[in-house]
Amino acid sequence: MTDTAAGAVNRKNTATAEQMDFKTKEGIWKVLVIACGLLMIILPLAIGAFLIYRGGATFTKYGHSVLKFLFSSNWNPADDMNGGGHVGAAVYIVGSLVTCGLALLISVPFSMAAAIFMTEIAPKTGNKILRPAVEIFVGIPSVVYGWIGLTILVPFIRKIFNLNQGFSVLAAGIVLAVMIFPSITTLSADAIRSVPISARKAAYGLGATRWQVISGIVVPAAQPGILTGIILGLARAFGEALAVAMVIGKTRSLPKSILSPTTNLTSAIASDMGGAMEGGEYNAALWSMALLLFIISLLFIFLVHFVAMKGAERNKK
Amino acid sequence: MRNKVNLAKDKFMTGVFYAVAGFFLLLLFAFAGYVIIKGFGGAKLYMFSFTRSGIGNQFFNTVYLVFLSLVISVPIGIMAGIYMAEYAKEGKITKFLRICIETLSSLPSIVVGLFGYLVFIVATHQQWNLFSGALAVAILSLPLIATTTEDAFRSLPDSYKKGSIGMGATLRQTIITVLLPAAAPRIITGVILAAGRGFGEAAALLYTAGMSTDINWSSWNLASPTCALNPFRPGETLALNIWASRTEALGADATQIANLSSAVLMVMVLAFSLLAHVLEHRIRRNMGEKA
Repeated sequence: MTDTAAGAVNRKNTATAEQMDFKTKEGIWKVLVIACGLLMIILPLAIGAFLIYRGGATFTKYGHSVLKFLFSSNWNPADDMNGGGHVGAAVYIVGSLVTCGLALLISVPFSMAAAIFMTEIAPKTGNKILRPAVEIFVGIPSVVYGWIGLTILVPFIRKIFNLNQGFSVLAAGIVLAVMIFPSITTLSADAIRSVPISARKAAYGLGATRWQVISGIVVPAAQPGILTGIILGLARAFGEALAVAMVIGKTRSLPKSILSPTTNLTSAIASDMGGAMEGGEYNAALWSMALLLFIISLLFIFLVHFVAMKGAERNKK
Repeated sequence: MRNKVNLAKDKFMTGVFYAVAGFFLLLLFAFAGYVIIKGFGGAKLYMFSFTRSGIGNQFFNTVYLVFLSLVISVPIGIMAGIYMAEYAKEGKITKFLRICIETLSSLPSIVVGLFGYLVFIVATHQQWNLFSGALAVAILSLPLIATTTEDAFRSLPDSYKKGSIGMGATLRQTIITVLLPAAAPRIITGVILAAGRGFGEAAALLYTAGMSTDINWSSWNLASPTCALNPFRPGETLALNIWASRTEALGADATQIANLSSAVLMVMVLAFSLLAHVLEHRIRRNMGEKA
């Protein structure tokens, strides 16, 4: 392979015309590479700018206050350019928070146990079977989860709790929990694996049992990495749209219990954006929700960096 | 006495871990098996057809859309990865670039879909079309391809680059003729993973690719709105088909069709994940032999 490279260099020395050609090639290549690198900066900035432009209309053009949008549950935006409706999105925000919180409550203990199993208890089976299985399941499309949730989980919940309908916070929480379980598990396992062996050996040498080593040494040492995994899992749950929309019931009321249906930010955008008039107040309010989602995902990234920084500081000490 | 308690606790927790791991393996396999068996078990032959009553067209749209998105995202993603691995100097801008890529990779797909809707559909006064969908999916897969390319380049031995540069090759020649071929297996693994994710993407396509499909398989005029290969026609994918059948019971067999779509999607995704996994395993083994 290097032969061709050297050959090209030789040719370059013999012909001036080719030399010009060569120079332009180098130039074009460099411009292309830098342009592609720059595009990765421009894209998220452009997405953010468009979201601010469209989502900001709720607060500038239609004059609603940000606090009302976040904390009022009076949602009745006008589907025209005149405005004058109410855009309190609290129900949607609470719906997102409750379902994601429940998903975390369900999946974190399981993920932790699975991660510990495949690193500390049975590394061989863990690496050969559990890890590949978990990694493969990261890729299962969310609509498939949603569809199974809709056809199996929802009727099941209705039957077991004797409800009129099974669409509920619980159903959404379970679907999300199954979805984010693989990401939290793999990231936690990576974090646990990177705890130095010497730390474990020292503890075992002092006569600690395996559980004491795990609970007292390994998990605390891997904490920043585990936290990162949990945050990224939460971010995924927060942004998930269709799987949740299929099982949450899309009822615009604050959930009374985990068995009552509600709605959330992403399902509102997914189902209502198509019907709302372009540029109208309703449309703008939905864009504000998308802007909120964008800001929340930025917040999660900030959190991940913060945790990593704290972890690095702790390790220095 | 305390020792005994500790030992008992240790045994108990070990049991718990085995139980959880076993439960999850069981759940995962049961889930995949259920989706696939139920989907194919309840399918009738006409459901596979490339007509309005089958999912053949949706299947074609899914593959075509992912293909189009890769045509866009693979070159750009690889170039961006090369920039990060070989050209970017450590500093504030590179740090910012990394945060940007992270942001891009963690954006909710529905937000990317809305962006695509605004830029590719509303701003250009187009109808829903496959190409816009492909662009949206490309945005989603760019970070994955860029970061795997960067990792692949960084994991190559230094001697490759030094040898080539030492022979008098420029950095561009070294990258194209030496580094890129050496990094290719890893990059391909990343691309396969990206394709697998693309198959199942739905939220980003909701307002870009559209929810309808109308293909006339005897028309091969690229400009015709019913030509299969025309990227500027609406194209419902398998994932969108599942989403569409949640409420609107379009026909008596809508549930069956959605089951079948799920099963086909599942098989596609599992096949691609397995392929990526096998490839990665092989790369790791080869690297081990060399070291």
